[in-house]
Amino acid sequence: MHQFFDTKKNPRLAWVGIAIVALVLIALPFALAGIGTAWVRITNLAILFVFLALGLNIVVGFAGLLDLGYIAFYAVGAYVYALLASPHFNLHLPFWVILPIGAAVACLFGALLGAPTLKLRGDYLAIVTLGFGEIIRIFLNNLSQPVNITNGPQGITLIDPFRIGSFSFSQSETIAGLTFSGPIKYYYLLLLVLIGAIVVNLRLQNSRIGRAWEAIREDEIAARAMGINTRNMKLLAFAMGASFGGVAGGMFSAIQGFISPESFILLESVMVLSMVVLGGMGNVWGVIVGALLLSFTPEILRYTVEPAQKAMFGRMLIDPEVIRMLLFGFALVLMMLFRPAGILPSALRKRELESKPVG
Amino acid sequence: MSEQALLLEASGIAKRFGGVHALSEVSFTIRPGEIYGLIGPNGAGKTTLFNVLTGIYEPDGGEFRFDGQPLSHLKPNDVAERGIARTFQNIRLFANLSALENVMIGRHVRTHAGVFGAVTRNAATRAEEKQIEKRAHELLEYVGVAARANDLAKHLPYGFQRRLEIARALATDPKLLALDEPAAGMNATETASLEALLHHIRRDGTTILLIEHDMKLVMGVCDRVLVLDYGKKIAEGPAAEVQSDPAVISAYLGGEITLNLKGTG
Repeated sequence: MHQFFDTKKNPRLAWVGIAIVALVLIALPFALAGIGTAWVRITNLAILFVFLALGLNIVVGFAGLLDLGYIAFYAVGAYVYALLASPHFNLHLPFWVILPIGAAVACLFGALLGAPTLKLRGDYLAIVTLGFGEIIRIFLNNLSQPVNITNGPQGITLIDPFRIGSFSFSQSETIAGLTFSGPIKYYYLLLLVLIGAIVVNLRLQNSRIGRAWEAIREDEIAARAMGINTRNMKLLAFAMGASFGGVAGGMFSAIQGFISPESFILLESVMVLSMVVLGGMGNVWGVIVGALLLSFTPEILRYTVEPAQKAMFGRMLIDPEVIRMLLFGFALVLMMLFRPAGILPSALRKRELESKPVG
Repeated sequence: MSEQALLLEASGIAKRFGGVHALSEVSFTIRPGEIYGLIGPNGAGKTTLFNVLTGIYEPDGGEFRFDGQPLSHLKPNDVAERGIARTFQNIRLFANLSALENVMIGRHVRTHAGVFGAVTRNAATRAEEKQIEKRAHELLEYVGVAARANDLAKHLPYGFQRRLEIARALATDPKLLALDEPAAGMNATETASLEALLHHIRRDGTTILLIEHDMKLVMGVCDRVLVLDYGKKIAEGPAAEVQSDPAVISAYLGGEITLNLKGTG
């Protein structure tokens, strides 16, 4: 894959490859709309999850800090958007104002989580972050009294879609004979934002900051002795990852039009973490593959398992949800056996698992 | 010698672990440009002194002055920034990174690119990256590991790992290079070339603080030596003098087996 897209070694082939991928991505929503608009929505959610997984990859993959409460930042971003662009407080700020605010607030929460956990690693860090995720969710559930801020478990409804002037992302429009439905418009926007996220991830990895994170992952004491301010670097990783979550949350809010604390349960954190681990921690392309796989598989199963069973046995024997979990478990065992470092492992993970130290 | 001419001044350094006095009242001075040896039997407190100096432990008493400024209560990364770089007794390289990347990480403290620079990859950042890589290659050349720049640190032979750790420390542009048993586990040839490297580093203007058990190496390179035993300073001075100090001999050969065999009563 890398040789194929290497613009330096083989420019012509690389540009042809990039052009093909771009064309496929541009045409994709129309093809999906042909099957059913639901699939465009599913793709949009998948892109959101890729975005989330890329954010978590900064924390877990680059800096090696196991975070089990990542969905909390997604929740923070989603609620910031919902509160500032819905009839709940009767505020209707434009999205390009709210998204940066959401990113900043999530960033702040990231630092807030990071600060007390600086001395923790591994399992201990995982437990604290897990607790943090739950705290946020419980707050969202209960901040309806005495002052109604989050509207509790009912959630917030009628959230504004993205709008630029009179151009709304929720309405269908026909341009040059092509019908751009709401989800298709969001698709293009999400794709643009995602490309930005990928570039940020790749560039961070190959930078002074990325190297400092790698050093902390490898040996924190040595990293400090080399003059790396591990406190700031860890906080930075948490804050960067969190702001990704915040932006994703804001977009989620706008696309769904409705959010409630139920969307931000622990299982979602585990899901995003699974995407990162399945794809290959620390490898941007691996994380993308992992996120796409875990987003689409359940949906494909939902649409195939039921008809398949009806065709075979004449009735439903096993609930699709159960089959999904069964397959997940099975996939997990297979992964551990055959590709313990992920589908596309990062160079670092591969090295770690391939050989034992000599010295 | 005037006050300003001292690079490092330790006065009354103390460190306790529970009831164990790992260091008590240790005072010494290091002059710029010298190679200063730190020796003593196992458990004498040499590595503890290193850890207190480099900010990994907080001292329970006493103070370091480095380059005319107090050094107390600084974090390890601040100590490195002030110009003290160290290696570790049990090599602590970034094992899964290449030799080159290890040294590039050493440049962190002398470079500036932040998130903004990393993401926008502006001209200044690109120039800095180029500079980091160039300097890292130079340092690998300097310590003699250039041929294996792209090998993972953990795949390097033992002697190379020791040298790579020195290169990584030198990448922080230290004024004082603190080496914790760099010759441990080396054969005679490796030790000889390490000795040459130490002389070379000193000639290029970096002062060295050296913990070492290999007496031949210590006597060969050190201008002055500090001897610790049970956390206390028992001797300090030119290497040759210290070698014949009765207290030092008794510390190394074991307590009071004094040559009192004839029993004069």
